[in-house]
Amino acid sequence: MGFRERSAAAVCDSNAQAVFRKAAEQFKSEREKVFAALDDPEANRRKVAEIRRRSLANLPALLELLESKVIARGGQVHFAQTAGEANALVQDIARAHGVRKAVKGKSMVSEEIRLNKALMEADVDVVETDLGEYICQLAGELPSHMVAPAVHMSKEQVAQLFTEHLGEPLDFDIPGLTAIARKHLRKRFLEADMGITGVNVAIAESGTFMLVENEGNIRFSVTAPKVHVAIMTLEKVVATLEDAMSILWLLPRSAAGQDLSSYVSLLSGPRRQDETDGPEAFHLIILDNGRSLIMADPLLRDVFACIRCGACLNVCPVWQKAGGHAYGGVYSGPLGSLLTPILGLHPDGWELPFACTQCGACAEVCPAKLEQPKLLLELRRRAKGRSNPAMGLVPWAASKPQIWKQSLQLLRRLDPRLSRLARVPGLRSRLGIWTRARTMPGREKPFSDQWRKLRG
Amino acid sequence: MPTVSLFIPCLVEHVYPQVGLSAARVLERAGIQVEVPPGQTCCGQPPYKQGRINDAASMARRFLDVFQGAEAVVGPTASCVAMIRQNYPDLLAEDKVYGPLAEDLAQKTFELSEYLVNRLGLKDTGASLPGKAVYHESCQMGRVLGLKEEPRLLLDSVRSLEILPFARQDRCCGMGGQFSYDYPELSAELLEDKMADIQAASPDYVITAEVSCMLNLDGYVRKHGLPLRVLHLAQVLDSAEGKNGIS
Repeated sequence: MGFRERSAAAVCDSNAQAVFRKAAEQFKSEREKVFAALDDPEANRRKVAEIRRRSLANLPALLELLESKVIARGGQVHFAQTAGEANALVQDIARAHGVRKAVKGKSMVSEEIRLNKALMEADVDVVETDLGEYICQLAGELPSHMVAPAVHMSKEQVAQLFTEHLGEPLDFDIPGLTAIARKHLRKRFLEADMGITGVNVAIAESGTFMLVENEGNIRFSVTAPKVHVAIMTLEKVVATLEDAMSILWLLPRSAAGQDLSSYVSLLSGPRRQDETDGPEAFHLIILDNGRSLIMADPLLRDVFACIRCGACLNVCPVWQKAGGHAYGGVYSGPLGSLLTPILGLHPDGWELPFACTQCGACAEVCPAKLEQPKLLLELRRRAKGRSNPAMGLVPWAASKPQIWKQSLQLLRRLDPRLSRLARVPGLRSRLGIWTRARTMPGREKPFSDQWRKLRG
Repeated sequence: MPTVSLFIPCLVEHVYPQVGLSAARVLERAGIQVEVPPGQTCCGQPPYKQGRINDAASMARRFLDVFQGAEAVVGPTASCVAMIRQNYPDLLAEDKVYGPLAEDLAQKTFELSEYLVNRLGLKDTGASLPGKAVYHESCQMGRVLGLKEEPRLLLDSVRSLEILPFARQDRCCGMGGQFSYDYPELSAELLEDKMADIQAASPDYVITAEVSCMLNLDGYVRKHGLPLRVLHLAQVLDSAEGKNGIS
């Protein structure tokens, strides 16, 4: 089953459709509101775009600086080439510190490497602490949205889940459901030996990590347990605090239509002697997982300018209909259609760049000014065996105006409504549905014939 | 008298010829001499959008031959104009012969409303069309070519025509060229949404400047026998009391 089948199933699910629509429209309008209140949002976007590209261009030096600063502050830095290496590192760290229980803040990269599974295998009981992620974990599902992981579920479904897994009485009230999650999670925070988080932005000059959130669960995860493990992909680093602040200026605005998220944490290494809180040990894992290879490719490098705000999902007509899970991987929407194939995150990944109308809504809102439509076309160019071999005849036919015109006119004459073609096996499954939604206009004399008659 | 070489996209040639005729008439009425270079076929957009770069490049070279020496090229659809203007120069960047020709043609190629408003300084074509309409901007017009104001300026001056607002105006209609064939379920759902938003405004006409959106929306209207007509901007600008471009 590929993206087409999964998305076709999603459009038949009227509950899911209602939820996607509401979420997308709300995110979109909230974002528009806060952007309209900015003095010069275009200048802000240009700034973020410039920072991200400058950081990518200086990546090796920035990573080296980051490493030295983190070590100087008493942290440990580990580089992981692959998902397997990163998971093994976290397992080793857990073992070394005798960790039995862990809490995790929302982190796309930990989903990308399937860290929870690896921790379970190492007998570490790990629990997601972001409400949406917690719901997804209980349901045994991947997040379907970068910012709102459980956006695909209704409150009724969540209530059902809490009753089943937590033995709570059925409660359809959202604050009530949140209170249930809070009660169960609070205990887990206090029991945990290790807190695991992602990184929104790493600041090389000081070895500081910025974490952006609304629930306080990330800050709790890095302050209560004795060990903090932060996992970042290597493109997340910028040079200065000032660069990070420029990104922060647009990140919550783009992600959730907020001027600022409820919590922004700037963390620099483990607790020092003169400090009263923070973890005893801090480990940074810098993950590549195929990225450095892509970054060496000038036509694709730009994908990593992304700051993971999810604005592109919210405005994407395809995401709004298909939902996140149809993409098959951790990342969905325009970004998912880029990352999934190039990082090899799903066997059907190379289909995703074609599942795009090239409408450009994503590029219009991207705070880092990625040109997703162009990048997706570049991936279409590289996709193997996707396009119909009969397409190879098109340039030849188009170079023979008479043949071109006559064959299209013949088609228009024999099958003006495409109803015959729509019954041909091999075309039926697609053209049949195409013509079920539309009726072709009737045949008319081609423009060129009419023009010749008029003008001689 | 300025001369325009009219670029006739495939869908205009074979499905909506009246769009081409209207575009020619509107230009002529604006004092432009219109010629239609013979031997036009496809600009190469479909293979280009499928990632078939070499096929698209060979079609681009042919297009440059057909339009060689044109003073200005005007096409009545956004996506094909965008192909020539934005994609030809990239496609042929390495080609010493055709590369410079592509750069040159990109500078001289315009979408119809863009040519009328920005090149000729025209805001009123003298058209008249009684009724209410919505304008479907189309992603290729608004986002790709950045032509948001030009068609609206022209529509605002059409006599007796009221342009109605409608919900989610900037959202894709679900066509996306081959997307509508590859993912017909998603495409049909997006089309349903678009038509529901449009119908909620109860217009007499749906106007667009992109023929592939036109095929999508018009196909839906025909399928469901809806009491509204889908028109190309050129047809609206060609409408006058008594005679119109929508015959």
